[in-house]
Amino acid sequence: MNGLFDTLFGALGRATLFLGQVIGGLPGLLPRPRLVIQQVYAVGVLSMIIVIISGLFVGMVLGLQGYNTLARFGAAESLGVIVALSLIRELGPVLTALLFAGRAGSSIAAEIGLMKTTEQLSAMEMMAVDPIKRVIGPRFIASVIAVPLLTFILTAIGIFGGHLIGVSLLGVDAGAYWGQIQNTVEFREDIFQGLIIKSLVFGVLVGWIAVYQGYTADPTSEGVSRATTHTVVISSLAVLGMDFILTGLLFSGV
Amino acid sequence: MASPDQAAPAVRVDNISFARGRHTIYEDVSLTIPRGRITAIMGPSGCGKTTLLKMFSGQLRPRTGTVEVFGKQVPQLSRGELYTLRKRMGMLFQSGALLTDLNVYENIAFPLREHTRLNEALIRQMVLMKLELVGLRGARELMPEELSGGMARRVALARAIALDPDMIMYDEPFVGLDPISMGAIVRLIRLMNDALGLTSVVVSHDVPEVTSIADYCYILANGRIMGEGTPEALADSDSEWVRQFMHGESDGPVPFHYPAADLAEDML
Repeated sequence: MNGLFDTLFGALGRATLFLGQVIGGLPGLLPRPRLVIQQVYAVGVLSMIIVIISGLFVGMVLGLQGYNTLARFGAAESLGVIVALSLIRELGPVLTALLFAGRAGSSIAAEIGLMKTTEQLSAMEMMAVDPIKRVIGPRFIASVIAVPLLTFILTAIGIFGGHLIGVSLLGVDAGAYWGQIQNTVEFREDIFQGLIIKSLVFGVLVGWIAVYQGYTADPTSEGVSRATTHTVVISSLAVLGMDFILTGLLFSGV
Repeated sequence: MASPDQAAPAVRVDNISFARGRHTIYEDVSLTIPRGRITAIMGPSGCGKTTLLKMFSGQLRPRTGTVEVFGKQVPQLSRGELYTLRKRMGMLFQSGALLTDLNVYENIAFPLREHTRLNEALIRQMVLMKLELVGLRGARELMPEELSGGMARRVALARAIALDPDMIMYDEPFVGLDPISMGAIVRLIRLMNDALGLTSVVVSHDVPEVTSIADYCYILANGRIMGEGTPEALADSDSEWVRQFMHGESDGPVPFHYPAADLAEDML
């Protein structure tokens, strides 16, 4: 039991120190935005397809399930609110973060782990280039930038998916669908607290876990594969756990 | 009299000990690497030759003892000072360690872009010059995965000298090369040392290649220096162990058999 605590808190401590180093190196990227832009493309733009398709299906499922339940109470006009609030407050940030961990987090960890295995990180150190600033920093900050943007995309597409099923297929009034969304969704309460804060926190979490796992991977093929798996597993659990905590803090009404 | 920085050897290691876990790698090892010469550090696989290079560059610190490079106590340097010192050293990794997302040209331009504010035309000239030196000017557009092992190592060599270092360290430069590539690397190490006035440290266990170019050799094994001297002196050393190593005999003080119970007992 003691050993488990040591491992858990030891890893958490090392990961926190590492995060400090990464953040400390970020100002060095300001004069070289290209390094960050390349990574935003690699982890963000290339994750768009999966996010768009997932968002569409999730929105359509919400439309279908929401309509069936709401129609029973004669409240089918509220469909828009149900779809929009579920996506903005919970599903958008959480699903995007989970998809991002699988699509981009794993590839960040594998790439860094392989760079370590093939001595590329050592070679950089020998060339007096700090890999934490040159390799880790851009990938971390790219995750922090990409996850909120992808969350916006997933949420918007999801609301459109709900519209597709609810309005176009099942005959909910289009004016009611959009009008109720406009009346009910608050910027500060829903979009800022739900979408923006949550997705930023998730971006930091997934990016942090991915770069840490990659950087500390054993320089062997098993080590890299373990780092990739750990990234997805730990990120998913961390996102779901953190979502519960954030919902408790942000939406409990106190 | 020359200034102390000029007169001092490039590297002076005094009484270092190092252990990894419970496994002792060195005990009380001392050696000096003179400027402008090729010094070889030889020894069987796993004796900590590469670890020694990592101590010169400050990637590892000895448990006890001192490591002095260009008059600076490496283990005591701050990160910034260490990086300044590393710009004066180049290192050729066994795997080449080229950055796989950049082509040959960009790999060599990498340290220049990171550390200088030279304009593109000047960087181009410098990169092409280094590539010409290793004979790969025509390969500048290739990606690292398109290179053979020997070519990758030559590109890595060009990159290691991109910042015109004072010292270059070669980690097992001859491993896994065909005879032609091997000959090319041997010739390049000698050429670089003489033409650029570099200090060279070659870590290797390929005795014939090393002895053909080294000015002075250290033999490291079992955590200590087993022998040192010019290649000729080592070849007819008094120590049976050194002779076995230098001539590659399979049996001698280092037995062919891993310690085991008596054969007859085991088999019958």
